[in-house]
Amino acid sequence: MYARRLVASLAALAVAVTAGAVPIRAADAPEVVIGAVLPLTGTLSQTGAGLRTAMLLAQDLVNGHVSYPLPMVGKSGLPHLGHARIRLVFADSQGKPDQARAAAEQLITQDHAVALIGTYASSTTATASQAAERAGIPFLNPDSSAPNLTARGLKWFFRTTPNDATFAENFYQFLGDLKRTKNITVKRVAVVGEDGLFGTGAGDAEEAGAKKYGYDIATRVSYPATTTEVNAEVQRVKTSSPDVIFQASYVPDALLFVRGYKQQGVNVKAIFAQDAGFVDPNFLKAIGADAEGVFTREVFSMDIKFRNQAVPLVDQLFRQRSDGAKPLDGNTARDFMGVLVLADAIDRAGSTKPDAIRDALTKTNIPGKLTLMPWNRIHFDATGQNDGGVGIIEQLQDGKYETVWPFDVAVRPVVWPMPAWKR
Amino acid sequence: METLTTFEQLLVGGLLAGLVFALVAVGLTLIYGVMDVVNFAHGEFLMLAMYATLGLALVGIGPLVGLPLVAVALFLFGVVVYRVFVRRLLAGPPEATVFGTFGLLVLLQGLAQSLFTGDFRSVPDPPFQATLRFGGVALSQATLVEGIGALVLTAALFAFVEYTEIGRAMRAVAEDRVAATLMGIDVQRVNLLAFGIGSACVGAAGALLMLSFPVFPTAGASFALTAFVVVALGGFGSIQGALVAALLVGLLEVFGGYYLAPELKMVPVYLAYLAVVLLRPQGLLGRR
Repeated sequence: MYARRLVASLAALAVAVTAGAVPIRAADAPEVVIGAVLPLTGTLSQTGAGLRTAMLLAQDLVNGHVSYPLPMVGKSGLPHLGHARIRLVFADSQGKPDQARAAAEQLITQDHAVALIGTYASSTTATASQAAERAGIPFLNPDSSAPNLTARGLKWFFRTTPNDATFAENFYQFLGDLKRTKNITVKRVAVVGEDGLFGTGAGDAEEAGAKKYGYDIATRVSYPATTTEVNAEVQRVKTSSPDVIFQASYVPDALLFVRGYKQQGVNVKAIFAQDAGFVDPNFLKAIGADAEGVFTREVFSMDIKFRNQAVPLVDQLFRQRSDGAKPLDGNTARDFMGVLVLADAIDRAGSTKPDAIRDALTKTNIPGKLTLMPWNRIHFDATGQNDGGVGIIEQLQDGKYETVWPFDVAVRPVVWPMPAWKR
Repeated sequence: METLTTFEQLLVGGLLAGLVFALVAVGLTLIYGVMDVVNFAHGEFLMLAMYATLGLALVGIGPLVGLPLVAVALFLFGVVVYRVFVRRLLAGPPEATVFGTFGLLVLLQGLAQSLFTGDFRSVPDPPFQATLRFGGVALSQATLVEGIGALVLTAALFAFVEYTEIGRAMRAVAEDRVAATLMGIDVQRVNLLAFGIGSACVGAAGALLMLSFPVFPTAGASFALTAFVVVALGGFGSIQGALVAALLVGLLEVFGGYYLAPELKMVPVYLAYLAVVLLRPQGLLGRR
């Protein structure tokens, strides 16, 4: 009994000593702590690791003195706060909503973060941002696309990325542009998606868009994401005879659907995918030429004609730091920008008080050409959603997704209709 | 005409989907029938078999040639798991096997996650990717091969249990463990073989599934859930019952999905399950 208690006390002592050792730092460098909630373990851990690398790169560029045409980069910290350095503290969401909330609470209460950023998955962003809302701490979400996140009436929530509603609008704008420039008409759209937050959010936005832009909904198909067969779903789409299909699926279900469409000869003019499964390297490898001509929305691509010369530079720095020298992608570019947007707001606030930072965030107005993204600007509307976000549309051509819209950043012309399935 | 073709297509699709469910369920039903143990890690055994098939495919051994190798590997894996783990659980209270095999599920998923990452992977250039057409009905060659595999596996297992010495011993243990022991049957050995053969079945299933599905750490879970329903519906431990139930589940799922709504496609399946549990708790073809 005594021995066990002794061991326990020694263990507690060891934890206290190591924990106490961390905060010791040079007294002459004031720091502003930003808390980042990311999926560092669990099924999304690889994505999370990349996002962490991107955020740390942004942190180091803000704290450094090399200047790029990007907000807050190269000013040796935050000028209005005596060149205080920003320091990111990370907490693991494990990709789970309850864990994300706990991680956010820990960053607020224990690490005294002045603002939070994260969390990638929409479901974890929903809970982590609620923790920030309760504590009255600004929460910047650079990377979650469920439309309803900004429809919750939260006061402290800001989202820089366009959401699935924006992407749905983009699809219709693209169809409108095709009609204007090439006299291509589309009437009936089938809306297909998994029945989670992602698929239903995207589907609702696509249905709303159909009404707004004057298209007919041929059918709406919502299926469980873990399904192992899609016989009924494919038949439903087939018998509704749509012109185009809007599809929100993960990898296994995207494979099932594309194979099903092919087998059943569901020949549509185009399939518009909401990213996700359709852009996964394994999807492309497994499905090969069958998916040729599929469109997807994207948030970013290294091949678009850049308006900002910082893109290749940031990409190069990111490759040097990332596992396997991965290039910058839509997720890492958005999270990189997220840190800059927060740093910009904290600097303009000239204070680390939550109210001041929130106030500065509402006044954010960063022109699109000072970002890595194809956006018009970064400016938050009353719901906290960036109203200057735009997606791009890519098409699978010769086995590679190529940007085809907006036309001014496109690298390839549109192929329409997509080729019929090979028998 | 159009509606008739749709109906035929759904019928064929439903039957094939059912055969795939049977393929996954058959090993589970053997283990339950003999040992009275529901192996909650069944889906994870399937996932391991799928990764093993992928590994063989990457060194040039395709899924069909790899199938016996994977089945043998899973047999050995099952034997080891039984020896080291399940045997001890059987000595404890009944809940021990539930929590124990569930723990195994978590462990195997976690291991796969850290070893193989969460990426989706498929075998490179899998065979049987053509579409077969009969009149207006189209079906995937790969799914057909999986379906035939299910029938062969079910028939082989049925013959094994009915007509071999060990099979008879297994049935004796399933019927009355104590009596079987008194008759001189080595229950431990029968259990070990049942667990090993059940695992080998799921190994064969994993190899066949790689013809049309990608593998990822939770790949087995989607199949396992349906497999549990199939086994309970068919009658725990009844091999032919599992086949009948699997076909029924496939048809209910596909027709329910088409004529009700795709998001409700599991509703008729679980309703049938509930009805059987309430009205015929031993399952469609179960004894007792």
